[in-house]
Amino acid sequence: MRRRGPIFLAQLVFTLFVCAFLVVPVILSMLAGLTVNYFVGIQSGLTLRWVGEVWSGYRDTIFLSIGIALACLACTLVLGVPTAYVLARRQNALARALEELLVMPVAVPGLATALALIVTYGAVGGFRTSWVFILVGHVLFTLPFMVRSVLAVLMAIDLKSLEEGAASLGASFRQRFFHIVLPNCRSGILAGALMVVTLSMGEFNMTWLLHTPFNKTLPVGLADAYASLRLEIASAYTLVFFLVIIPLLVALQVLSQPPRTKSRAKQE
Amino acid sequence: MRRENLTLLSLLLPAGAFFGAFFLLPLARLFLVGASGEGGFAAYATIITDKNHFASLIATLALAAATTATTLIVSGLAGVFLQRNEFPGNAALVAMLTFPLAFPGVVIGFMVIILAGRQGLIGDISLALAGEKVVFAYSMAGLFMGYVYFSIPRTILTVMATAGKLDPRLEEAARTIGASPWRVMIDVIIPGLKPAFISAGAICFATAMGAFGTAFTLATRINVLPMVIYTEFTLQANIAVAAALSFVLGAVTWVVLVAARSAAGGTVAAAG
Repeated sequence: MRRRGPIFLAQLVFTLFVCAFLVVPVILSMLAGLTVNYFVGIQSGLTLRWVGEVWSGYRDTIFLSIGIALACLACTLVLGVPTAYVLARRQNALARALEELLVMPVAVPGLATALALIVTYGAVGGFRTSWVFILVGHVLFTLPFMVRSVLAVLMAIDLKSLEEGAASLGASFRQRFFHIVLPNCRSGILAGALMVVTLSMGEFNMTWLLHTPFNKTLPVGLADAYASLRLEIASAYTLVFFLVIIPLLVALQVLSQPPRTKSRAKQE
Repeated sequence: MRRENLTLLSLLLPAGAFFGAFFLLPLARLFLVGASGEGGFAAYATIITDKNHFASLIATLALAAATTATTLIVSGLAGVFLQRNEFPGNAALVAMLTFPLAFPGVVIGFMVIILAGRQGLIGDISLALAGEKVVFAYSMAGLFMGYVYFSIPRTILTVMATAGKLDPRLEEAARTIGASPWRVMIDVIIPGLKPAFISAGAICFATAMGAFGTAFTLATRINVLPMVIYTEFTLQANIAVAAALSFVLGAVTWVVLVAARSAAGGTVAAAG
C-alpha cells in the first residue's frame, strides 16, 4: 500500500483491461437489446420492442428455469448437507473415495452424463418428457458444489469437540445435528446455495439434450434465439437473462458477505 | 460406536441411492451402448484409429491446455493484485471480474459474437484503425476467447481466496533481506498459490474439454470433441459412436482432474 510505483500502475491497467474484456460485451449486448437497429447503431433510437417480444414469446423458459433452480437447491440441501457431515466425520480412505465419486459429474462432461441418462431412462415416457428429467441432471451436476462448500466449513471448525461437548451434556444426535452442526456450517450452506442456484440457472451442456420442446429452460431458449433470431432479439433475451440472474447473484452474495469480511478483518 | 456408524450410513443413503440410480447405472449403460455398434468394443479404439476423431481429440486437448495456461496467468496477476492492494473501487473490480460466473456457455458464445463477430466491436475497431475487419468469433480462436472469458471468474475466486491465506510475513521477510518484487513473486507468492493453480487449472481444463454451449453458439463446424459427439448423436443418429466418444471424453477429463488433485495434495503434504 505504501509504494505505488510503476508496478502497481501496470497491474492496475492490466486488471482494468481484464475487467473491460468481461464487462464490455455485456454492456454492448444489453444496449443491442434496446436499440432499434444495432447495425445502424444507437442513433437509430432506443426501444423496448425487442424485450416485449422476448417476454411474450419466451417467458415460460424463465419461470421453468427459476422453478428448476429452486427445486435443485432443495434437493442438494437434503442430499448434500448430510453427505458433507458424514464425510467430515469419517476421514478415511472410504470417505475420500466417496468424495471423489461424488465430484465425478462435474469432471465428466455434461454431454456424456446427459447421453447416459437418455440411454438409460429415455424410454420411460412420462419421466423423459417431464421437467424432473432436467432436474435430475442439474442435481447431479450441482450436488458436489454443495457438498464441498459445506465440507470445507465443517473441516475448518473443531466439529468433534463441539459434538462431544454437546453429547456429554446429553444432546441426542438429532439435537446435535440441528443445533450444533447446521448453525456452524451456515456460511458453507449459503456459499453452496449460491453456486447451486446460479449453476442450475445457467446449465446448458446437459439441458440441451435432456429438454423437450415443451420444457425449454432459459439457456435453451437463448440458444434457440442465437441460432435463429435477429441480433436485437437475441440481445434482448440475453438482457432478460441478466435481469433474472443479477438480483439473484447480488442477494446471495450479500447473504454470504458477513463471514467473508470478518475473516478478512481478522487478517488485517 | 456401531450405532453411530449406522446413523452416518443412513445419512449417506439418500445421496447414495440418487447417485447410484442416476449416475453410476447410466454411466455403466452408456459404456455398454458404446459397444453396441457393429464393431463392438472396438468402437472405443476409434478415437485413436479414426483420423477425424483423433484430430478432434488433439484439437480439444490443445484448446483446453491453452485455455488453462492463459486463464491461470491472467487470473493470477489480477487476483493477487486485487487481494493485495486496497484502493477505491477495488470491490467494484472484484465484483466485475466474478460477475460472469453464472453465465452459461451459450451466453459466453454470444459475448464472443458481440466482441469478435460480424457486427462485433473488434471488427469495428480494426476497420477504423487498419481498414480491415477482423472477425474470428466463428472459429477455434473465438472458442478459445470464450473459454478464457468463462474460466476467469472461477479461477480468480480461488486465487483470491488462497492469496488471502498466504502469510504476508513471508513476503515481508523476503523483502527485508533484499528480494526484488519479481523474486518475491517467483519464490514466495507463486509457490504459495500452487495448490490454487493446480485445482483451479484442473477445473479450467476439464470445463474446456467438455463444454459444449459456446461451441454450439459460435459454429457447429468447430472441430472439438463435444461438437463431434453432438453431431454423431443428433444428425447421424449414431448413438453407439456418440456413447463411446463421450465415455472416452469423460474418462480423459476425469483422469486429468484426479491426477491434478493428487498432485496438489502431494505438494500440500510436501509443504507440511
